[in-house]
Amino acid sequence: MSVNPKKRVAVVGAGVAGIAAAVALKRAGVDADVYEKESGPGGHLTRWHALFPGRENAATVLQGFLNEVKENRLDIRTGTLVTDIRKENGLFRVTTGSGECSEYGAVLLANGFRLFDAARKEEYGYGIYPRVITSPDLEKRMEDPATGLLIHNQAPKKVAFVHCVGSRDAKVGNRYCSKVCCISGVKQAIAVREQYPSCEVMNFYMDLRMFGSGFEELYQEAQEKYGINFIRGRVSEAAPTLDGSIQVKAEDTLLGCPLKVTVDWLILLVGMEPGIPGSLHDSLGLERDDAGFAGCRNKFLLPGYSSVDGLFLAGACAGPATIPDSVNQGRAAALSAIHYLNGKV
Amino acid sequence: MNFTEHPAFVFPFVVGMLFIFIYLPVIYVTWLRKNSLADFKTILRSIFTTNTLKAVREIFSECLLHRRIFRYNIRLGYMHMSLAFGWFLLIVVGKIETMVFTHDGFNPPYLPVFFKYFYPSGIPDTFKGRFFLMIMDLLLILVLSGLFLAFLKRFRSRVLGMKRTTKHIFPDRIALTFLWFIFPLRWFAESVTAGIAGSGGFFTLGSGRALASFLPLEDLLLPSWWAYSIVLGGFFFALPFSRYMHIFTEVVLIFLKYWNLATPERQNAYADFEINACSRCGICTNVCQLSADAGITHSQAVYFLRDLRYGTPERPVLENCFLCGRCSQACPVEIGIDQLRIAGRKRMMNAIAPAAEMRPVVSANGEKVDVLYFAGCMSHLTPGIIDATREILTRAGIRFSVLDDREEVCCGRPARQAGFADQARSIIARTTALINRSGASLLLVTCPICYKVFNEEYDLPIPVEHHTVFLNRLMTERPSLFRKSSLRMSYHDPCDLGRGSGIYEQPRSIIRRTGVLVSAAHEREDALCCGGSLANLAITPRQRTLVTDSAYQMLTAGNPDYVVTSCPLCKKTFAAGKREIPVADIAEIARMMLQPEEILHPEKAGEAELESEGQEICQ
Ligand SMILES: Cc1cc2nc3c(=O)[nH]c(=O)nc-3n(C[C@H](O)[C@H](O)[C@H](O)COP(=O)(O)OP(=O)(O)OC[C@H]3O[C@@H](n4cnc5c(N)ncnc54)[C@H](O)[C@@H]3O)c2cc1C
Ligand code: SF4
Ligand code: SF4
Ligand code: SF4
Ligand code: SF4
Repeated sequence: MSVNPKKRVAVVGAGVAGIAAAVALKRAGVDADVYEKESGPGGHLTRWHALFPGRENAATVLQGFLNEVKENRLDIRTGTLVTDIRKENGLFRVTTGSGECSEYGAVLLANGFRLFDAARKEEYGYGIYPRVITSPDLEKRMEDPATGLLIHNQAPKKVAFVHCVGSRDAKVGNRYCSKVCCISGVKQAIAVREQYPSCEVMNFYMDLRMFGSGFEELYQEAQEKYGINFIRGRVSEAAPTLDGSIQVKAEDTLLGCPLKVTVDWLILLVGMEPGIPGSLHDSLGLERDDAGFAGCRNKFLLPGYSSVDGLFLAGACAGPATIPDSVNQGRAAALSAIHYLNGKV
Repeated sequence: MNFTEHPAFVFPFVVGMLFIFIYLPVIYVTWLRKNSLADFKTILRSIFTTNTLKAVREIFSECLLHRRIFRYNIRLGYMHMSLAFGWFLLIVVGKIETMVFTHDGFNPPYLPVFFKYFYPSGIPDTFKGRFFLMIMDLLLILVLSGLFLAFLKRFRSRVLGMKRTTKHIFPDRIALTFLWFIFPLRWFAESVTAGIAGSGGFFTLGSGRALASFLPLEDLLLPSWWAYSIVLGGFFFALPFSRYMHIFTEVVLIFLKYWNLATPERQNAYADFEINACSRCGICTNVCQLSADAGITHSQAVYFLRDLRYGTPERPVLENCFLCGRCSQACPVEIGIDQLRIAGRKRMMNAIAPAAEMRPVVSANGEKVDVLYFAGCMSHLTPGIIDATREILTRAGIRFSVLDDREEVCCGRPARQAGFADQARSIIARTTALINRSGASLLLVTCPICYKVFNEEYDLPIPVEHHTVFLNRLMTERPSLFRKSSLRMSYHDPCDLGRGSGIYEQPRSIIRRTGVLVSAAHEREDALCCGGSLANLAITPRQRTLVTDSAYQMLTAGNPDYVVTSCPLCKKTFAAGKREIPVADIAEIARMMLQPEEILHPEKAGEAELESEGQEICQ
């Protein structure tokens, strides 16, 4: 490649944040290589069925991103896992799974998040009882109405969602709120009601965090229009009954009484966990925040600037974020990277 | 000079000694009066048995030789031994020396202590005289070497195997200062005396001559003996209010132990002797994971006992403890630390808790079965264990039912622990009735806590088995049911199963039968706590995670395929973190190692497997 490596940027991860960043770089005339470990771009967006708050079709939104990739002729190296990043003499050396090394003037980290492994909350029985599933599992099921939540071809009668699975839970070491699961839960509850109008739906929550525009309205709608029952209380355990449905034990903390319900499906709203490998701390000195996400230098003045000079952050790798958040962060990080390459930090 | 003249400097010592000999019996009698009639009867029954001799043997090996401390660390053991045994011998040999000299057993008590002042050359010009001079000097060297180590321990404790030393309180510091000065001053006074007389033991005479070269020995003679006497007397006065109370108290404690008293739930004399027998050696703080991993340094056994001795421990001290038993296991005095702490918590609860109502739901499903499985509330939070146990029982063709399958049946421990003794009793009665109605010949549990509760609180006509024991037996009797693999597994001893119930071998045997056992740094009696113990009511989740992660690291050091344990709480605690190496209960491993159905029942091959879910009775 003829271009001076000092003027090139490596983008790690081709989720929405990585794509937005790479597009912005390209449009500004900066060369960017995008590394993506999966076989295609899109990140977690490829796994969702409908998006909050407006329940837009995720496939359509994804297509929009893919179009941008195409129009801007982005070079996405799919199937390429970045295994190590080092900084020597002001240049970043990016190593991939196949041992290939390339040098860059700046790196834009957009490697996203990992879904919480629900089996770690064994009391909910995920992986043990087939009728206990996670929110991503539900997204997948909803893609195909022939499966959906049907049980022996019958519509389910009762479905319960559990909020904060793997978030706000010191027992699993995650004290932070994952931000997107509350609204996902509302969105999915509505989707279930729409698909199976006779099905009773309840959500067990600790608090509801409706922070984004249109979120609170959707929550109101879920109660008033769709009759979804929001119960404040933590589910303590789940056990199967004779016919395979799930008996849920919880405490209604508003009414102050224990509660037992039997549901056809128990859906666990799993949160986000940091996807930053610890090795980046050792090889680069990348610092992480208390929750383990990549930390920035100054929350107010320098969001998106990691503790390493020349390494920028975008999307859920820096903490729980929605798609629009991630896109904005991608663009902002691209601009910061350009400033850095031009020596104007 | 004649010893009958009573020189004035002996008085501080004499007064201190009189104080101790009056104070100790008085306080011991006060404690003993807390004993009930039954306690005294117990003592009477054992006092004229060989137990008393055994007690004497233990007093020799523990109060003087400190054998258990030697086992912890040789240098630390030597330090304690040289101080205790050396001092003891100085007293005994000194007494013999004076008796040989005066031909009279009833010389004044200060004579052996200040013998050199009166007779610097010892028993004149005889072989006996020279012999005693040498022995007494050797003993003084022994004690001084221990003192040197004690001094070193204050500044370089690691040399003596201690990562942490006890934080001392004011009376301890006073007594410690006196103690540190006793033997150097004795050496000084004896050297000065020997230097003036020009004769004495090889050590004191040598140093006396050296001192004579630059010190006016004559002027120092009386002051040095005064100083020695004053620190001795001072030490005796400080003793009952400091940790050195343990010196005499441990002796009585050992007798009481051999006379079959034990750490009580209610405060009796035994507890008082235990509390005062703690030497604040600090070994407990060195084995406690709270200090090692979570930076908690206020609630360890030594501090809890100290607070208990001087008053009532604060709630954070009572509550910040896993009751893991590591300190009781390591304590050289064998103090029943956990029981004392539980008793302390009970008193606290009685003082603060209003009597809330506990409502257990109990129901009957009186079917006749062979094995009755009680999963317990903890296993209900780890359904994988229940599932695995059911499947193994089913595949083994054992008729079983699950006692607490659909309805809540409680063992009664939560109520008892919260201090609601009556409710606990009625829960136990109802659960006992349910168990009896089942007609089962075995009660199977998968929770070490349940196991202890059923063994200790229940009076059942059928045996109770923990699943490690049960599965190991099943594997012995029906080896063809299971297969062996190359899986490498490390094993975590749950506190309540290991130290609590002494079950170490069966789980390891199960692992060896189904795979390869990878050993870990802390095992069996020395096993670490997983950090999940519900007994700690004060620790923060963060600190808990620190303890758990560090224990997990030990278990994964050998890079096994699985970390295996046999307690739902341990499993949950370890599995909650982000784990590269998975954690499994021994039942889940055993299920994984069941022979495939076809090999067991060729005729059944191809048949759809029965849905075991919800099946209560399996033929
Ligand atoms: C259940 C759930 C539902 C959600 N629903 C919505 C919704 O409806 N609306 C909405 O706005 N947001 C939603 N979100 C949030 C949304 O998924 C995130 O905002 C978005 O995915 C973040 O994008 P990202 O690019 O930062 O990370 P990701 O989507 O995680 O993408 C990161 C990419 O980096 C790649 N990568 C990681 N490591 C490496 C490496 N070492 N080498 C190479 N490639 C690597 C990954 O393969 C991935 O493609 C939801 C989240 C959850 C958990
Ligand atoms: S967004 Fe809602 S469900 Fe998710 S962690 Fe926060 S409070 Fe819990
Ligand atoms: S409790 Fe035991 S181990 Fe701890 S300081 Fe006292 S005597 Fe030593
Ligand atoms: S029982 Fe365990 S946690 Fe409690 S003080 Fe002893 S060693 Fe520490
Ligand atoms: S012993 Fe403890 S864990 Fe076991 S059933 Fe009773 S309360 Fe639950």
